[in-house]
Amino acid sequence: MIYFDNAATSWPKPPGVVEAMVHFMEQVGANPGRAAHRRAVESGRIVYEAREAVCELFHAPDPLRVVWSKNVTEALNLALRGLLRAGDHVVTSSMEHNSVMRPLRALERSGIEVTVVPCSAQGVLNPADVEQAVRPHTRLVALNHASNVVGTLLPVAEVGAICREHEVLLLVDAAQTGGAYPIDVQADQVDLFGFTGHKSLGGPMGTGGLIVGERVDERQMEPLMRGGTGSHSEYELQPDFLPDVYESGTLNAVGLAGLRAGVRWVLSQSVDRIRAHEVALTQRLIDGLRSLPSVIVYGTLSADLQIATVSFNIVGTESSEVGLRLDDEYGILCRVGLHCAPAAHKTIGTFPDGTVRFGLNGFNTIDEVETALVAVEELAREVQ
Amino acid sequence: MTPETYAVIFVYSTSYALRAEKLLIRAGIRTTLIPVPRHLSSSCSVCVRITRSDREAAQQALERAGLEIEGVHDI
Repeated sequence: MIYFDNAATSWPKPPGVVEAMVHFMEQVGANPGRAAHRRAVESGRIVYEAREAVCELFHAPDPLRVVWSKNVTEALNLALRGLLRAGDHVVTSSMEHNSVMRPLRALERSGIEVTVVPCSAQGVLNPADVEQAVRPHTRLVALNHASNVVGTLLPVAEVGAICREHEVLLLVDAAQTGGAYPIDVQADQVDLFGFTGHKSLGGPMGTGGLIVGERVDERQMEPLMRGGTGSHSEYELQPDFLPDVYESGTLNAVGLAGLRAGVRWVLSQSVDRIRAHEVALTQRLIDGLRSLPSVIVYGTLSADLQIATVSFNIVGTESSEVGLRLDDEYGILCRVGLHCAPAAHKTIGTFPDGTVRFGLNGFNTIDEVETALVAVEELAREVQ
Repeated sequence: MTPETYAVIFVYSTSYALRAEKLLIRAGIRTTLIPVPRHLSSSCSVCVRITRSDREAAQQALERAGLEIEGVHDI
């Protein structure tokens, strides 16, 4: 079996992740930040150290400005729905996932103006187009760091500089890049950074978060939910300090125990090393697919300009048929269709049919890539 | 031998207490996280206990790191 669906969720998880979760369930078990007994403190410590690990990885200065959420979608919703008010203008790209597009389309109905900056058919965003879209009442620019459809990296640092110049906040959706591509939220001037735990950070599903930069005033960003936080329990009003203001209810501590182990593993391997391996796999996959007759490969076709996610089609065959046969006949697991990103597929010209997507990660091998290329070649030859 | 006397530092929540603990250990100050004494606060989480003689050094270390303190009490 070859697992090429890492863009949806990574598998397998790094060594130590499952063990950390079993350890939590068997040996810790208590609610983080609630009681004060030794197990509760240990649970709180695990959750806190996961914040520290995330900060180290993304070069964020303050662990208390890491807000946990159940996934990156929740983190992005917190930023968008928490910050934007009627009369505000927001700029985004035509390569966004529905985790950004759907909240923005809903906000449009409450008087928030949305500008979608078009990207090229390769998914490339020109930062100058973002600058041109900025207006006096622009509050926020929301961008994915890399497309979940074709892997194309967006120029986050360049847009970060533009945002500072125009006093606009920058929200980055790092679902696809966190742990797979070097990120420095301070150097890139990212104000709000949404990440997911269950992809390249190696953690389990149900983990993710938002790093809230110093330029964001938490008193200006409404929480999605209110409730118990284990702090300031004497008040019936929500606390106004980070991270508690956005962390009502019991956290997924067992998941965060796994995430702590996953991020520590990524740090021990170094993102640069993981990235170098993924670049080699990606370029070989792109070159191999492009050499096949009847196969169209989307995106920049250059591994240096993208992450390890490659979309293609076999001319004359539905992507769903290709996906089914890859699974049934070759044991290759991938994802076909629109990948929850209709805007991105419209941009690259594959809407509404979609594509076959191979989502690789650091655990994949060059042998797996070669095996998959043979499989696609056989399927493509049949069509001819 | 004189029995040790302590002070407690109150912070916003357990996350802050854990951050304080790490900062203080780095500054060479011995700490223990204990339940917040009910007569001093209605918080249901933990506070940071230190020896009373470290009180000033501890406050300075936390201030340097920008960690907000809600209060310090001798116990």
